[in-house]
Amino acid sequence: MPDLFRGFGAIFYKEVLHVRRDAGTLFFSLTMPLLQLFLLGFGIDTNIRQINTVVYNADGRRESRELLDRLKNSDTFHIIRYVENDYDLNDMIIAGKARVGVKIPVDYSDRLIHNMSAQVLILIDGSDSSVAGQAINVTNAIGLDESLRRVLQDRAAFAVDMRPKLLFNPDSRSANFFLPGLTAIMLLNVTTFLTAFSIVREKERGTLEQLFVTPVRPFGLLLGKLLPYLGIGFFELSLILFFMRFVFLVPIHGSVFLLAFLSVPYLFAALSLGILISSKAKSQAEAMQLAFLPILPSVFFSGYIFPRETMPALFYPISYLIPATYYINITRGIILRGAGIKHLWTDGLALFIIGTLLLIIAARRFRNKVIMA
Amino acid sequence: MATASQNPGEPAISAEHLVRRFGQVTAVNDASFRVEKGEIFGFLGPNGSGKTTVIKMLTGLLPLTSGSARVEGLDVRVDSEVVRERIGYMSQNYSLYQDLTVAENLQFYGRIYSLEPARLKRRIEEVVESNGLGPYMNRLSAKLSGGWKQRLALGCAMLHEPKLLFLDEPTAGIDPVARRQLWDLLFELSGHGITFFVTTHYMDEAERCSHVAYIYYGKIIADGTPNSLRELPDVQPPGTMRVEITTPEVTRALRFARQIPGIRSATIFGQSIHALINDDLNLHDLQEQLLKNGIAVAEIRPLAPSLEDVFVELTYKHQAILEASRA
Repeated sequence: MPDLFRGFGAIFYKEVLHVRRDAGTLFFSLTMPLLQLFLLGFGIDTNIRQINTVVYNADGRRESRELLDRLKNSDTFHIIRYVENDYDLNDMIIAGKARVGVKIPVDYSDRLIHNMSAQVLILIDGSDSSVAGQAINVTNAIGLDESLRRVLQDRAAFAVDMRPKLLFNPDSRSANFFLPGLTAIMLLNVTTFLTAFSIVREKERGTLEQLFVTPVRPFGLLLGKLLPYLGIGFFELSLILFFMRFVFLVPIHGSVFLLAFLSVPYLFAALSLGILISSKAKSQAEAMQLAFLPILPSVFFSGYIFPRETMPALFYPISYLIPATYYINITRGIILRGAGIKHLWTDGLALFIIGTLLLIIAARRFRNKVIMA
Repeated sequence: MATASQNPGEPAISAEHLVRRFGQVTAVNDASFRVEKGEIFGFLGPNGSGKTTVIKMLTGLLPLTSGSARVEGLDVRVDSEVVRERIGYMSQNYSLYQDLTVAENLQFYGRIYSLEPARLKRRIEEVVESNGLGPYMNRLSAKLSGGWKQRLALGCAMLHEPKLLFLDEPTAGIDPVARRQLWDLLFELSGHGITFFVTTHYMDEAERCSHVAYIYYGKIIADGTPNSLRELPDVQPPGTMRVEITTPEVTRALRFARQIPGIRSATIFGQSIHALINDDLNLHDLQEQLLKNGIAVAEIRPLAPSLEDVFVELTYKHQAILEASRA
């Protein structure tokens, strides 16, 4: 019975030596993601607050000042300037200095006092749709609230009272949302790059050709190559989780062990992708370019930044082909929602299937394009 | 399973009617040859002529389109795994891991061939001794000179004591001293019964082989000892002889020489011209004719054909056949 994994021990031994000797690359590939983690963790807040706002208050009496106070207290608007005419109001928005312009007409207080409908003009810069949306929602809410207060006077409570409650991320912290997703992108980055490089380097040097003429079996070769990088992937994962939990204070609601367990099929898929890339790339430079290819769809189509539900119908099915989609569901599920294996096993299975398919394609390509070429 | 019949009379390699096609392209076209045990077999041919393809077929990496090959008594179509256990292979870029030390490279290749620890230790000592690697054991192989890299690579390929070694352009890009030392080592090892299959571009290396074959566009067009090839009728047709014309003006001399009736072919070799002439052409007359054209001739003397001459003649002949078959 021929040993299917012949050569595994030797390749593993050698690969560990490579990693140890090339500490620079290892350090670089481990710290780059951490840098990303810090940039995103500290630098990005998707909650829209303190929108620069310019005000033309043509009325100027108590009612109008009360309205402006309510806008300010919403935390959504930050009044940077009061102007005295329509032209300046417009100009501030065109210049990009303010995103919202509020014009209170000269008869605002009069109309309120006479129980007539008073109008306030809100000019919104629509170039950033999320800022615009937030501005519309908040101004509408304030207008509605203001009207109801005046209609109801001091009479009882609202007839219908909506009580929204945010589960899992009660403070709507962006870090809680971003960092679990970022884990998927960073792991993909590190493991795909490292495996692709380690194989393409051997192609460039001609050592791969040499290995094919030895009794090493393909599985021994691939496994010997994959396992050290799987180890590095896990080390990276622990680093990320450590910083996420203790520096960015993202609470981990579920089981860390389950997360580690379900990371195996994801890392497997990412490493297989690395092997696939290495079967195509002839040089390390080419491998570098190819390894960037899966990053973009993983960022944009996986739900990492933009909700998958808002994707155009054409792209939605694509998201099912991307390993990061499933892994982000796993990380957010475990970290934020405390999900268990019964909620996430399908994602783990999907990753395993994708990883196996990638490995089969990679192995076939290797046979046809590398060994027999 | 492996039919490991190590018949003492059996050749190290016997290839019969090897054919390999890639789609429409025939990379190896009906190649047959035998390599006896203990031979240094020189396998020559221009780049892209099918040398590497033949090696890949013999080592079981490429399935044969048709034909058969036995290596060390094993059918490569059936027992390629076992074949790879028994052969050593050294490629032109020495296949060393640059960021590993000499000792680590040896360790790695020993483990690849699953040598048990005691035997591995003994074999490393032996190889280090015979290849003189002792002082460099803890040096990174990237820091070795070309000649030492090649000795290390050969050492790695020999750890498991193969009886047959494939060396793919082993001397490309190393200095002449290291080149000569390697050949001395090959002769010594071949004296111990090890067979070498060597590809090379150097004609002087081809001359040192005990058996050479020349492959041209997938066809083997020469096969034999260097001396037997020199005597081939295609190389030395009846009624012709080979001469060396030494002259300070080789390029001009070549132009005129090619117009002289009785000169069949002429090529420049450094300060002289090698020409194939009809043997009824008087050497003295030839010198006169060149002098008439203002070309001073230092010496004209008969010459045995070199292997390069052999391959040039055979290539011309084969090209003519190829063109005739196309027309």
